[in-house]
Amino acid sequence: MNIYPEFEVVRNDSRCIRCRVCERQCANEVHWYDEDGKVMLSDESKCVNCQRCVTLCPTRALKIVKSDCRLRENANYSDQTIKEIYRQAETGGVLLSSMGNPNPLPVYWDRILINASQVTNPPIDPLREPMETKVFLGKKPGTVTRRPDGSLDTALPPQLTLSMPVMFSAMSYGSISYNAHASLARAATELGICYNTGEGGLHEDFYKYGPNTIVQVASGRFGVHKDYLEAGAAIEIKMGQGAKPGIGGHLPGTKAVGDVSKTRMIPEGSDAISPAPHHDIYSIEDLRQLVYSLKEATQYRLPVIVKVAAVHNIAAIASGIARSGADIIAIDGFRGGTGAAPTRIRDNVGIPIELALAAVDRRLRDEGIRNNVSIVCGGSIRSASDVVKAIALGADACYIATAACLAMGCHLCRSCHTGKCNWGIATQRPDLVKRLNPDIGSQRLINLMNAWRHEIKELMGGMGINSIEALRGNRLMLRGVGLTEKELEILGISHAGE
Amino acid sequence: MSPKQMQSPPLEGQVRIPSGCAVSAMISRDGRRMNGERIIESMVPMHDRSNGLGGGFAAYGIYPEYRDFYALHIFFNDRRCQEECMTLLRENFEIVQDEHIKVRKMPQITDEPIIRRVFVSPMQSVLRHLQIDEKELVVRTVNRINAQLEGSYVFSCGKNMGAFKAVGFPEDVGRYYRLEEYDAYCWTAHGRYPTNTPGWWGGAHPFCMLDYSIVHNGEISSYDANRRFIEMYGYKCTLQTDTEVITYIADYLLRRQGLTLEETASVIAAPFWSTIESKPEEERRKYTYLRTVFPSLLVTGPFSIILGFEGGLMALNDRLKLRSMVVGEQDDMVYIASEEAAIRTMAPDIKTIWSPAGGEPVIVKVKEGAF
Ligand code: SF4
Ligand code: SF4
Repeated sequence: MNIYPEFEVVRNDSRCIRCRVCERQCANEVHWYDEDGKVMLSDESKCVNCQRCVTLCPTRALKIVKSDCRLRENANYSDQTIKEIYRQAETGGVLLSSMGNPNPLPVYWDRILINASQVTNPPIDPLREPMETKVFLGKKPGTVTRRPDGSLDTALPPQLTLSMPVMFSAMSYGSISYNAHASLARAATELGICYNTGEGGLHEDFYKYGPNTIVQVASGRFGVHKDYLEAGAAIEIKMGQGAKPGIGGHLPGTKAVGDVSKTRMIPEGSDAISPAPHHDIYSIEDLRQLVYSLKEATQYRLPVIVKVAAVHNIAAIASGIARSGADIIAIDGFRGGTGAAPTRIRDNVGIPIELALAAVDRRLRDEGIRNNVSIVCGGSIRSASDVVKAIALGADACYIATAACLAMGCHLCRSCHTGKCNWGIATQRPDLVKRLNPDIGSQRLINLMNAWRHEIKELMGGMGINSIEALRGNRLMLRGVGLTEKELEILGISHAGE
Repeated sequence: MSPKQMQSPPLEGQVRIPSGCAVSAMISRDGRRMNGERIIESMVPMHDRSNGLGGGFAAYGIYPEYRDFYALHIFFNDRRCQEECMTLLRENFEIVQDEHIKVRKMPQITDEPIIRRVFVSPMQSVLRHLQIDEKELVVRTVNRINAQLEGSYVFSCGKNMGAFKAVGFPEDVGRYYRLEEYDAYCWTAHGRYPTNTPGWWGGAHPFCMLDYSIVHNGEISSYDANRRFIEMYGYKCTLQTDTEVITYIADYLLRRQGLTLEETASVIAAPFWSTIESKPEEERRKYTYLRTVFPSLLVTGPFSIILGFEGGLMALNDRLKLRSMVVGEQDDMVYIASEEAAIRTMAPDIKTIWSPAGGEPVIVKVKEGAF
């Protein structure tokens, strides 16, 4: 069945100079030049609205608009729902999507407001006074010990040191390009934070960024070997991901080419589908064994992160992880991005990170084990104010990936799974990859993080707080607007005006 | 909650009430005991830093004849509360003495609760049964009374020391409690300027836990981060005041973690990372360790606090020095106050007065054996 295209390519022919940039730039082959009529034509059925042609057209002759050709309005059966049924009736397949859940579910960050000092205590000016954003992630000892001479025994469990409480979260080499990885690694190093290899292993060129790298071990164990584990500043066991809780990673064979297949240690062109569970972890005590195997393999030098998707029972799960020997828990909310996930899972499984984070922080405190682990939260942290709210709810640091992709040029067209990212990020096609210049990509990431750091400092200063640790878990600095009693109770905050 | 209560403004503890304040202290390093006259006088020039909604004092060395017993100072709303509380106490402690705290009736101080002083000694059998030491039993019992028994409030529970507090201006509170009749080697005082609070005596300062007492001026911005951390360790912040949470932090770090006063100061008012970087290796490791292990006990926002304890005191400013605090020294005496005028009232011809830097603790100890 022929479905009318979702987008329309609108070309202002009086502006078009027939330079054919759009034709060369569109990996989806939407545009072509008609020699006979000397006009540019387009097949909009292939367009994903990535805005590449729009951005690069020198005369601004192009725009992509949402097609207004719609099926008959129906509040229950939306256009999209119906078209998905048509597609499935045609192919018999599972629908695939990428990036985070785009549906209009509540974004709690937008319903939380931040406090500022007035009269009774002074705001602090970040331009004139020191304002500290440095954090240490890892287990904190429960009791202070002293050496025989009475001085403090300053030995600590391994800590991950970050200049600010934000890290680039897992995106595998394979799902994203070499140049994207290079940009992330270089930016993380320059910023004094970390990026995360994701489950695709670590390209040999990037070992030199080890001190700012988190190496991931996922259920497929792709690219995992001793040197890899030893290369990073921390090891992350990926139990789940917010975009697709309950299933493993998925790299389409079209992206498993060249160095990607080598780094993953899989044959070229084969789909890299990670199993849903780790087949050596069917229970919490098995997790403990893997945590300790990894620690053993790296002489207890590195903190181990356990990453889980935010699901219904997240507080109890986190409590189990906190007792498993893990140093850091990473919680990924249901709005987290992905390079490829079944649409139904992405859009319907998991819970919002705000609620998950609040519940986990509270549970760990109620059980007196909050110091056993640090909490990192991800799954749609979009701005510096989201970071501040997350820290005040109880996170030690945040993971960002979609925002990092946006900084590198992503236009959130949500078609990463096709492997034809026109921005050189979620692709392995050499002609596309080279569109992302790592010099520029890393600089833009650095700019973004520096901007956020300034904003975080300003927000902190306004609250009269001059160090990020005094913000962590400081829920009194937050108020909700338009939230129910239950939501406020879970978030552990008061309503505005209270 | 009765309808009447619902209409009246919430009590301290039901809401968090910011306040400004005045603090003052005097201590003899020789352990000489002095009556409360001068400390009361020191609060007079700082009258405008309080608003009559709370004043109080802590005195060390006042009960030498009962030095081995915990002196509980307790407010009761009525006889029924007193009965209930004493029953609980009797289950855990021998009651050595149970008496009225003598007061001077005056028009400035009204709505007084029943104010009792009870000297107690923990029962060995209870300690053995719970497998805790006696200090822990005192802490737990006091926390239980204050959190769970309505109408009873223990506001002082150390040995050979005591707090005296009320709703009123501090100089009136001092005279009300007849502090000129007590002799202490160390006095601290507090006048409160809460922005909004009904008169509740328990909400006045100092705040005490065992022999630790805190008077504090400021409004800390780290409050909830501190509170939520310390509550993991069995403390319950029922008053929602800065002073309360700082007292628990001091108790946790000094008594339970065994940190020194200097170490405690560098947790509460931790040096900036930039300062730490510039220190020699050994110190750098120490400060880094303390900040890494106790990040949630860093106190930010303006504060000047005076922590009293058996045998000494420590004064500390926030690391940006957002609140005033001056120190004076003369012979064996050390004076500390929010304003120099207060020190000059206590010691008119004093020569040495200085303003300690933010985050730099001033620690004064009485000579060993002199208290
Ligand atoms: S897919 Fe992108 S580049 Fe191609 S036509 Fe659509 S917006 Fe332009
Ligand atoms: S990474 Fe590329 S393909 Fe994926 S959403 Fe962004 S622009 Fe589209």
